[in-house]
Amino acid sequence: MSLIRATGVRKVYRGKKRPGDAALRETVALEDVNLEIREGEILALVGPSGCGKSTFLDIVAGLADHDGGEIFLGDKKITGPGLDRGVVFQGYALFPWLTILDNVAFGLEAQGIETKERHRIAKRFIELVGLTKFEDRYPHELSGGMKQRVAIARALAFEPKILLMDEPFGALDAQTRERLQFELLRIKQETNKTILFVTHSIDEAVLLADRIAIMTSRPGTIKAIVNVRLPRERKLADDLVRSSGDFLEAREQVWDSLRHEVDKAAELEYSI
Amino acid sequence: MSLPHEITAWQNLSRKWSAIILFLLAWEILPRVGAISASFLPPTSQVFTFLVRSLLSGELERHIFISLSRSLAGFALALSIALPLGFLLGWFRTFERYVDPLIQVFRQTSAFALFPLFILVLGIGEVSKIAIIFYGAQWPILLNTISGVKNVDPLLVKSARSMGLSRFALFRKIVLPAALPTIFTGLRLAATFSILIIVSAEMMGASAGLGYVLSNSQYNFDILRMYSAIISLALIGLGTNYLLVTLEKRLTGWKPEIATF
Repeated sequence: MSLIRATGVRKVYRGKKRPGDAALRETVALEDVNLEIREGEILALVGPSGCGKSTFLDIVAGLADHDGGEIFLGDKKITGPGLDRGVVFQGYALFPWLTILDNVAFGLEAQGIETKERHRIAKRFIELVGLTKFEDRYPHELSGGMKQRVAIARALAFEPKILLMDEPFGALDAQTRERLQFELLRIKQETNKTILFVTHSIDEAVLLADRIAIMTSRPGTIKAIVNVRLPRERKLADDLVRSSGDFLEAREQVWDSLRHEVDKAAELEYSI
Repeated sequence: MSLPHEITAWQNLSRKWSAIILFLLAWEILPRVGAISASFLPPTSQVFTFLVRSLLSGELERHIFISLSRSLAGFALALSIALPLGFLLGWFRTFERYVDPLIQVFRQTSAFALFPLFILVLGIGEVSKIAIIFYGAQWPILLNTISGVKNVDPLLVKSARSMGLSRFALFRKIVLPAALPTIFTGLRLAATFSILIIVSAEMMGASAGLGYVLSNSQYNFDILRMYSAIISLALIGLGTNYLLVTLEKRLTGWKPEIATF
């Protein structure tokens, strides 16, 4: 069953009019994006930089509007942000004046849950990401990896239907990044949350996702969808899953489809 | 056993006080040995004896109280107008873009340049003095509040918005706490200005207050009285800053470090 259904989504950026321009400069960021995210899956969205994958996530989150098409969450049309979707940003976006506990409880406060209950729920999710010892600390006292765990706990705490993750591990060093990828798989296993995961790393997409949607360079549209035939249990249990045949095959498949788009995106960049 | 680089309480204390003590010692000795004329710079001991005596007589307190009330009134007025105005201008950017040129013109106009005008319009009484403090103190509050609100990390706003916060909740729960450290810098500057300005204003025309004591004792060559006023002003400045830093630490304790200058 599909949880998110996007049909014909279009997004246009209108730049400022400069002297000599006949009309407003328009950049079509997304064109006719059709995508379905199924209940309980991790769907990775990959594409060359500037292809509009983060824009698409913002639209699903209700943080950006779109100029055409429709997006449904269940049978509800998405018109703005809401607590039925939890967003995790690359820059953590923790509130520096709140303790870890209050950061995680932030969305619950917006839901109108009273303090004691709020803290009880928040503690449960802090435990889920393994940071119980740090619940009274402030964000600046934590490492990048820990901050991102807090951000994940915060987005999960108000029980959204879907987790939207915008290159969440992009700012982390390689080791921390790998640890958090497995951590996310474990959290997924425990919560069975539906996840939309935007990344530009093919390896990350293959490791995490059940399905990978590949976007074209600007204007972004869905070019292909690759099914990853690696069960999550195996990814979690097998340390060497990255060098297994199935993994490499999926990686190859995604790269085949993406290579052309990456070249095109580079050309676009130089032509400006 | 202490570690080689550990700072002991004694070291900490001596770091804080040694320069001040050396200064006071020099001030005591130099006039006594005749290196500086004692009629212009009487030794510390004499100045402090005079200070304590005029405090005990209640004479100095009266002037301190008058100066402080004026400063406080001007500061409070500045706070009650510049703070809400700063929020408004920081929050509604288009509005700010229209008003900013006017702000820039006025903030470059010295409070002292306007003092004669204030006296002309408001008379030489309390109102003109409070008005000039208000004028001087409101700039740092206004400008820091505007920049504090304007420079809130957009990612924090985006993150809060993703959790469905209303515009009002966004302001109260994100913008306000995020802007608080910058606003506090403005408050500390404004408090310092309030005290600096009142001295000059009282020197220009007043019959009471520390500024009046300063200019009056200069005319009468009452040097000890003059120094007692100077020291009172220094101590008031220190005390005010200490009070505001303490308050700031309590309100923005989440920050890694707070500058205490």
